[in-house]
Amino acid sequence: MQKTDLPQGTLDLLILKVVAVEPVHGYAIAQRLDQVSRGVVQVPEGSLYPALHRLENRGLLTADWKQTESGREAKFYSLTRKGRKQFEADSANWARLIQAVGLILGMADGGTR
Amino acid sequence: MNWWSRLFRRRQLEDELEKELRFHLDEHRDDLIGRGGTPEQARRQARIALGGAEQVKEKCRDARGTRWLEDLLQDTRYALRAFRQRPGFTAITLLILALGIGATTVMFTVVNSVLLRPLSFPEPEKLVTLHGFTSDFGEFWGFSNPDLTDLRRDSRSLAIAAWTYGGGTISSPGEPEYVDGRQISAELFDTLGIVPQKGRAFQANEDRAGAAPVAVISDSLWRRRFAGDASAIGSTFVFDGKPYRVIGIAPADFQLSGEGDVYTPLGQNTEPRMQNRQAHFIHAVARLNPGVALSAAQAELALISRRLAEQYPKSNEGLRMLAHPLQQELVGDVGTTLWLLLSAVGLVLLIACVNIASLFLTRALSRERELAMRVALGARRSRLVRQCITESAVLGVCGGLLGIVLAELGIRRFVAFWPGTLPRASEIYLDWRVMVFAVGISLLSGSFFGLAPALRVPAHRLEQVLRSGGRAFAGGQRRLHRAFVISELALALVLLVSAGMLGHTMVMLSSLDPGLNVHNLLTARFALSPGALANPARLQAAWQDVLDRARRVPGVEFAALTDIIPMRVGENSIGYSTTSAPPRPNQVSIALASSVTPDYVNVMGIPLRQGRFFTDDDGKQSERVVVVDENLAQHAFGDKDAVGKFLWIPAMGANPVRIVGVVGHVRHWGLAGDDHSRVRDQLYSPFAQVPAPLMRFLSSVMSIAVRTKNAPLNSLEALRLELRGASGDQALYDVHTMEQLVSASVARQRFLLSLFGLFAGLALLLACTGIYGVLSYITGQRVPEIGVRMALGASVGEIMRLVLWQSFKMISLGLAIGSIGALGAGRVLQRLVEGMQPIGPAPFVVMIPLLLGAALLASYLPARRASRIDPVKALRQE
Repeated sequence: MQKTDLPQGTLDLLILKVVAVEPVHGYAIAQRLDQVSRGVVQVPEGSLYPALHRLENRGLLTADWKQTESGREAKFYSLTRKGRKQFEADSANWARLIQAVGLILGMADGGTR
Repeated sequence: MNWWSRLFRRRQLEDELEKELRFHLDEHRDDLIGRGGTPEQARRQARIALGGAEQVKEKCRDARGTRWLEDLLQDTRYALRAFRQRPGFTAITLLILALGIGATTVMFTVVNSVLLRPLSFPEPEKLVTLHGFTSDFGEFWGFSNPDLTDLRRDSRSLAIAAWTYGGGTISSPGEPEYVDGRQISAELFDTLGIVPQKGRAFQANEDRAGAAPVAVISDSLWRRRFAGDASAIGSTFVFDGKPYRVIGIAPADFQLSGEGDVYTPLGQNTEPRMQNRQAHFIHAVARLNPGVALSAAQAELALISRRLAEQYPKSNEGLRMLAHPLQQELVGDVGTTLWLLLSAVGLVLLIACVNIASLFLTRALSRERELAMRVALGARRSRLVRQCITESAVLGVCGGLLGIVLAELGIRRFVAFWPGTLPRASEIYLDWRVMVFAVGISLLSGSFFGLAPALRVPAHRLEQVLRSGGRAFAGGQRRLHRAFVISELALALVLLVSAGMLGHTMVMLSSLDPGLNVHNLLTARFALSPGALANPARLQAAWQDVLDRARRVPGVEFAALTDIIPMRVGENSIGYSTTSAPPRPNQVSIALASSVTPDYVNVMGIPLRQGRFFTDDDGKQSERVVVVDENLAQHAFGDKDAVGKFLWIPAMGANPVRIVGVVGHVRHWGLAGDDHSRVRDQLYSPFAQVPAPLMRFLSSVMSIAVRTKNAPLNSLEALRLELRGASGDQALYDVHTMEQLVSASVARQRFLLSLFGLFAGLALLLACTGIYGVLSYITGQRVPEIGVRMALGASVGEIMRLVLWQSFKMISLGLAIGSIGALGAGRVLQRLVEGMQPIGPAPFVVMIPLLLGAALLASYLPARRASRIDPVKALRQE
């Protein structure tokens, strides 16, 4: 299956979604995104970490060093209160956008049928 | 985490970043191994998936938002490293900058403290001084006591206080000592808004005739005579023959037109002139009442002066009263000198900056390849520009800090160097405004000389720059370099011509005849014995005794008394006319009048033109006579003989006085000022004919002048001892030789000349090093071209001419532009400096060749070096 690049600005939203479930480290976020999207979405690992750090500096994420099951120390990210608000606002926006884009595309289809 | 803690925990953040990424790679590798890969393959694949670890780290660092600061620190470190690599270059630029900024800061400190900072009284903007004005005498400071009393009673907009000069001998406890004093009205301290540091100020009931004598003394007198002991308050001392009780001690830095030591209540003064509406000897200082604007106060003063003129037409006809802000009065005409010096020193700083800018540019060009390489490697242009400016700003700030240190060290010295006393001198110090100014100009100059190289950061045609090493693009920089040289020369010429004009003026002034023989002439104020002062009938005799004693001192040839001394020491302007009809206002002739004893012309060495001077026979009983100077004779009688004519002088009574002689004119207003002064006629009257009521006052302002056979200061001690008199309580003070007074009368011009000369010399030096540097650089750039010319047969002379011609073109353009600037500067100087010679060709004729010569000399070395180029080597270099 062909992999698709992420639309601009959506990486932050996806990260917030994954982190919202439970505290999680960077590698797991990459894995999760890959699995959930069934490999459709190409997660650029190189931009994952800068995005995480940016979100942390904006106060949307907070980070703790914890032991993993494998016994290694990893940086676990979790959502702050501000981050949760941002996530809710962003996902609502996204849903509206999808709906609107869908409507417009549907209308165009209806016109040719 | 806020951004500064992110900045300071940088090391920790770096470690965590490293750890986080390593964890990612390790997990990924383990996963891949778990799926059956070899460890080697797994590691490789994990790395590829993440992308370049260093790039990821860079992006994470960007995400921290502290980038700009880290860059700044990095650039600063880079700059400091670059400076260490070139210690000579750095030391010289730092020295130039520190001197330039230091000198500018010193000047600004003085301007700030004296002119800009408000006076240290509460609500200083509400303080005004009052002046009188008539169309004949112009503006003057004095009020008569009756006028001032009326004014105080009638004014609703001003709270008015009064003071006048006093002074006398303190005869006990301790050695007799003459001290300056002030007579002040009770409300003076209140009006200014100050309180004595100890004790209290005068109360209204002490400020009237007949009240018990009380005094406020100065801090310095308190420390000197009472050892700073609090018990001084309430103690008694004998001043002017009367016992005064000390009730207060004035604040340490308190001054009223100079320092006084003893303040006494003005109202206790019982001299006749206190009741005379024509005796204008009282200063008035006032505070605007709350909510009153200066213009409203002016209007009220106009109204009151009109009413007084109607009521007392004889004394107050045409007299108007004016109010001016106090600060303006205190600072006087020092402002122009200060602004002149600040501009001059600013020009030097500008030249220094241009000079450093051209040095930097030269350096930047040799770095052009490096910069092009970095652009090629992906550095953004804005980043490199920032780096260049950081580098020069660091230098600017270092120079500025050094400059501030120099200014702090030099400011006292500068104030001491000032001719005479600088107003508000005790308030001169570096404050935050000066700091802002100094840091501002250092940053400004830093960015200024960094900007030119920064704009040279290559943007296009990178590979050409890389290939050619910048040499192919020399045209653009040469234009910039030329502009630098031209502006340096133009600025230097402005300073040189200004200095030249001042020098010319000094030479002219020094060659002027002061109108008297300045050598072997000693003058001093004289405080008569308080006992003699208390007995008006004996005053003439007491003064005669002083003269007789002075004549007995060995080495003294002649001695005379006078109430004013030439060279601006005192003034007494009176009106005169040649007919008995009262003159119309606006047409009164004014003369500078002095009362002198018969030997005055012998002491001063003033030439007698016609008739005779006074003799001992011109006394109370004989006809009243005067001697006039040649200006007055010419003015009043034209070519006719003045001797034997009569003058009507209201100040000397209703009867005319007879002119018995004509003497030469004395430059009373100083060598520089006399030609432009309002009052140029002079008139002498015999001291012996001074009316008795005036004697008490006149006796407090008399001076003694002696002509000596040898150096006058040698006779001073003997004179001092002899003149102590029978009661041992008389004193000489304000002792000067006439040579000192003449020299002081042109002190401002000499002071300006020495500083402008210094600045002009610096400017000349900087301009020449600038030309040398730029020309060396340009010639260096032209080595291959010169090589080709030589290979094609150009001679050594031709190459020299080529280089010198190039330099000559720049120099002439600079001189042409500078001449225009110098004409403007000359105009300004002429308006602001007294006695300034009009702008003539002389300073240009001297300074242009001087600058041209120096500049060509500076060009000679690079030219000679160019002519020694070995064509073979030059061509191989290409």
